[in-house]
Amino acid sequence: MAEIKVNPTRMELKKLQLRLNTARRGHKLLKDKRDELMKQFLDIVRENKRLRETVEGSLVSVHRGFSTAAAVSSPEMLETALMLPKKESDLSVSYKNLMSVNVPRFKPMQDMEAGGGILDSLNYGFAFTSGELDSAVSELSRLLPDMIRLAEAEKAAQMLAAEIEKTRRRVNALEYIMIPQLQEGIRSITMKLDENERGNTTRLMKVKDMMIEKQFAAKRQTAHPQ
Amino acid sequence: MLKKSELYKMAVIGDKDSIMGFMAVGFAVRTADNEHEAVGHLHALAAENYAVIFITERLAEKAGAEILKYRDNPLPAVIVIPDKDGATGYGMKLIKRSVEHAVGADILFKN
Repeated sequence: MAEIKVNPTRMELKKLQLRLNTARRGHKLLKDKRDELMKQFLDIVRENKRLRETVEGSLVSVHRGFSTAAAVSSPEMLETALMLPKKESDLSVSYKNLMSVNVPRFKPMQDMEAGGGILDSLNYGFAFTSGELDSAVSELSRLLPDMIRLAEAEKAAQMLAAEIEKTRRRVNALEYIMIPQLQEGIRSITMKLDENERGNTTRLMKVKDMMIEKQFAAKRQTAHPQ
Repeated sequence: MLKKSELYKMAVIGDKDSIMGFMAVGFAVRTADNEHEAVGHLHALAAENYAVIFITERLAEKAGAEILKYRDNPLPAVIVIPDKDGATGYGMKLIKRSVEHAVGADILFKN
C-alpha cells in the first residue's frame, strides 16, 4: 500500500488525526446514503419492472390492432387518418429530489385519463376508416399514462443506479484506501516519536552516568592526591 | 441548469409500421429503417425539447452505446418499446443492467 510520507512531527500527527476523523465521518454518512439510495432504488425498479410488463403486453396488442386495421384499409387512407392528431401530447417536466438525485417527473398537459368518449380521442371521421383502427387508437391512448409512468420510473432507476455506483465507489475508497492509509501514517509517526523519546531518555541516562563518573574521578583525586 | 416546468414533447422512433399509430395520439414520429437513421433522429430529437423518446427495441439494440449515452442525463428519457413483431426482451435486459450496476448482482430476475 502506498504510504503517506510526512515529517514525523506532532504537527503532522495532529493533522493526520483530523483527516482521519473527517474520513470516518464521511464514510459513515456515505454509507447511510448508499443504504437509503438502495432502498429507494429497489422500490422504483420493482415498479419499473411491473410497468414494463404491462406496457409491453398492451403494446403488442395495440400493434396487432394496427396490423389488422392496415390489412382492411389502404395504406394511404390509414396514413391520412392518423397524420393529423387532434391533440398534442405535451408534457410538463418537474424535478423531484431523491437523495440529492434530481429525477424528472413527467406530467401530461391534457388530462389523458379522463379522455372523454372515444370520439374525443379520434382525429378522423368514421366514414372511411375501419372499426379496428378506432379500437387500436383508443387502446393506445389509454396506454399513454402508463407509458409516461414507465418513462419516469425507468429514468429514475437509471439515474439512481448511477448514483449508487458512484457512492459505493466512494465508500469503498474511504474504507479500504483512505482510512487504512491515514491509520498507517499515524502509526508510523507515533512510533517514530516514541523512538525519539526513548533515544532521548537513553542519551540523558548516558550523560548522567558520565557526569557521575566525572564527579567520582574528581573526588578520588582530592582523597588521594599523588 | 434545471429549468422549471416547461413544455416538452414526446417522440417515437422506429420502423413505419410499428410507430404509425403514435401519430394519432400526438407523438412526433420519426421513421428509421436502420440503426444509423435511428441514432441520427435520436440526437436531433434530444437536442430539441423532447423529454421522452420511445425507440423500438430492435433498433435500440443495434444502436447500443448511442442510446446508453443518455442514461445518466435527466432529459431526455430514452425508453425502448416493443415493435410490431413483439418484445425481444431488450427492455427488460436494460432494467436488469441497472440492477446489476446498483446492487452488484441481479436480485430481481432470478432465472
